[in-house]
Amino acid sequence: MATTHSTIRSSDGKHVSVPKFPKDGPPPITVNNLTMAYGTFVLMKDVNFTVNHGDIFIIMGGSGSGKSTLLRHMLGLIEPAKGEVLYGDFNFTKGEPLEREEMLRHFGVLYQGGALWSSMTLAENVGLPLGEFTDLSDAEILEVASLKLALVGLKGFEGYYPSQISGGMQKRAGLARAIALDPEILFFDEPSAGLDPISSRLLDDLILELRDNLGATIVVVTHELASIFAIGNNSVFLDAESRTMIAHGDPKDLLAHSTDHRVRTFLTRGGEDAEKSARNHG
Amino acid sequence: MQAIKQSQPSGQLSFARSDNSTLVVRLSGDWHLRHGLPGPDLVLKQLDTAPKPARLTFDAAGLGDWDSGLLTFLLGVSEICHTRKLPADWSPLPEGVRGLMQLAEAVPEKAGARHEAAHSSFIEQLGREAISAARSLDEFLAFFGEVTIAFARLAVGKARFRRVDLMIVIQDCGANAFGIVTLVTFLVGVILAFEGAVQLQQFGATIFVADLVGIAMSRDMGAMMAAIIMAGRTGAAFAAQLGSMKVTQEIDALTTMGISPLEFLVLPRVTALFLMIPLLCVFADCMGVAGGAFVSVTMLHTSLRSYLIETKHAVTLTMFFGGLFKAAVYGIIIAVAGCLRGFQCGNSSSAVGDAATQAVVTGIVYVIVACGIFAFVFNVLGI
Repeated sequence: MATTHSTIRSSDGKHVSVPKFPKDGPPPITVNNLTMAYGTFVLMKDVNFTVNHGDIFIIMGGSGSGKSTLLRHMLGLIEPAKGEVLYGDFNFTKGEPLEREEMLRHFGVLYQGGALWSSMTLAENVGLPLGEFTDLSDAEILEVASLKLALVGLKGFEGYYPSQISGGMQKRAGLARAIALDPEILFFDEPSAGLDPISSRLLDDLILELRDNLGATIVVVTHELASIFAIGNNSVFLDAESRTMIAHGDPKDLLAHSTDHRVRTFLTRGGEDAEKSARNHG
Repeated sequence: MQAIKQSQPSGQLSFARSDNSTLVVRLSGDWHLRHGLPGPDLVLKQLDTAPKPARLTFDAAGLGDWDSGLLTFLLGVSEICHTRKLPADWSPLPEGVRGLMQLAEAVPEKAGARHEAAHSSFIEQLGREAISAARSLDEFLAFFGEVTIAFARLAVGKARFRRVDLMIVIQDCGANAFGIVTLVTFLVGVILAFEGAVQLQQFGATIFVADLVGIAMSRDMGAMMAAIIMAGRTGAAFAAQLGSMKVTQEIDALTTMGISPLEFLVLPRVTALFLMIPLLCVFADCMGVAGGAFVSVTMLHTSLRSYLIETKHAVTLTMFFGGLFKAAVYGIIIAVAGCLRGFQCGNSSSAVGDAATQAVVTGIVYVIVACGIFAFVFNVLGI
């Protein structure tokens, strides 16, 4: 699996087998001047960034700074008050509903709690997008679903219902579903929330594997410092006080060179002193 | 040095003046939350007693065990000191108490964070309710339109849902509802027959109980009772299912996968109820007639044969099919109301409960409105 050549039925019934976001094309994700608001309350304004091919792009910031809301805007679950989101050269914000739906099929999303459909088994969960958007037979769908579950370490759990497995397993099953159609862009909402440090680390490794082997571009919402430095190579930092983004770039560079004390405080878990004392304890 | 002792259920609070300008708050005994709290108003009273103290200090020598009860009291005192700009010396208090006090006062209250209880007048509330009721009808009609479009897409083969989902809903709102529909409509037949019998007996016309029950059940009551049962049973279930799917982001997961939740979740539910309610209505009609027959045979000593023959004469096919048509419309209303309220559900478990309640209320209200409209239209058409 070097690059993704998703064999997905497009809306006109033809088969597309070319990557939606070619490497020599425009950046897969561009966010222009985005303003997010609930009614008249502006949550975040003037958000601008681009995500390049093969990036693991981190959306970080303190609790309540609007990280998940930004993700929901990027996915079209909330309409922006101003500004736009572009995928390649397609203006997603202004796009027609059917075109947007078609675009969404090139994405995979892992939600905070997994968001598995509780009335379906794991195999059915993973198989649903395959059944909807490919011409595979039922037996082939089951085979592919088993493969995806095996990739996330859930081999043999095909017949289980989401309520019968643990939270960490639900998250991994959610990931299996997200990668069902070999998406070119993957979104992760707080992947390590509610996981123990080891599971969280394993999930990070899995994300890196997916990027390297699937050739996907990945967007991760997280405030988990260990994950941020382990996987991120590009990021945006949202600040709740000033209600805008205050930093953009590789998190490791931000740690080394950022002069903004808010970014530094966040990336050093409350300050350099705290970091030093943590090192001494370690 | 004057001392006033206040008897308290747990800790003891007493006051002394070390000199004319300093008030000493003496804390003694065990200060436990569960034994009740002395209010800081006792301190306030002391501060207002002449000679007015200019400073405040504590004496905690006799203080025994303490918990957050003491802290609550001290925070009250601290607030009084702040508003009166009275210097206070906290140093005699135990270190743990001071530490926790500092922690509680470390972050100043955020301006505007406290919600002021908004009091609105009766007229304002009435207006708000009226607007929201009008908006609710608007939303219902808009959603109804979307569902219609989805059905049109289904008809041309563009919309899809899982067959198995449809079958599960059909089972749930068809076969599984038989028991309750049997019980309720049989009893409705019994009640109708009873009420009619009392009046008709006066004229010796008890055989017309059969006409009364047969016509009432087939024209309106069968469809209406089936609809009310299904609104409470299935409409609420639809709202709760979709509402909790919204809370757990399962609906978002469908959307971002490019699968329309409207097609995937709403179409099978509306289809199932649309198909099943007329069948339940047929069954309800039969059970109602059975209830009427039960009363007539056991109490009025009519023979079952003559009861059935009378029913057959009274009930026309037009009435019967009119009832089925109404039932199908009610089914659509209930399913659409249930799904709409589920989709509108907020992001908490209490919101799911509200959605279920709202689904039942909306469903029953619109069913009764529709029933009124049918009564008028059928009358005009002479059906």
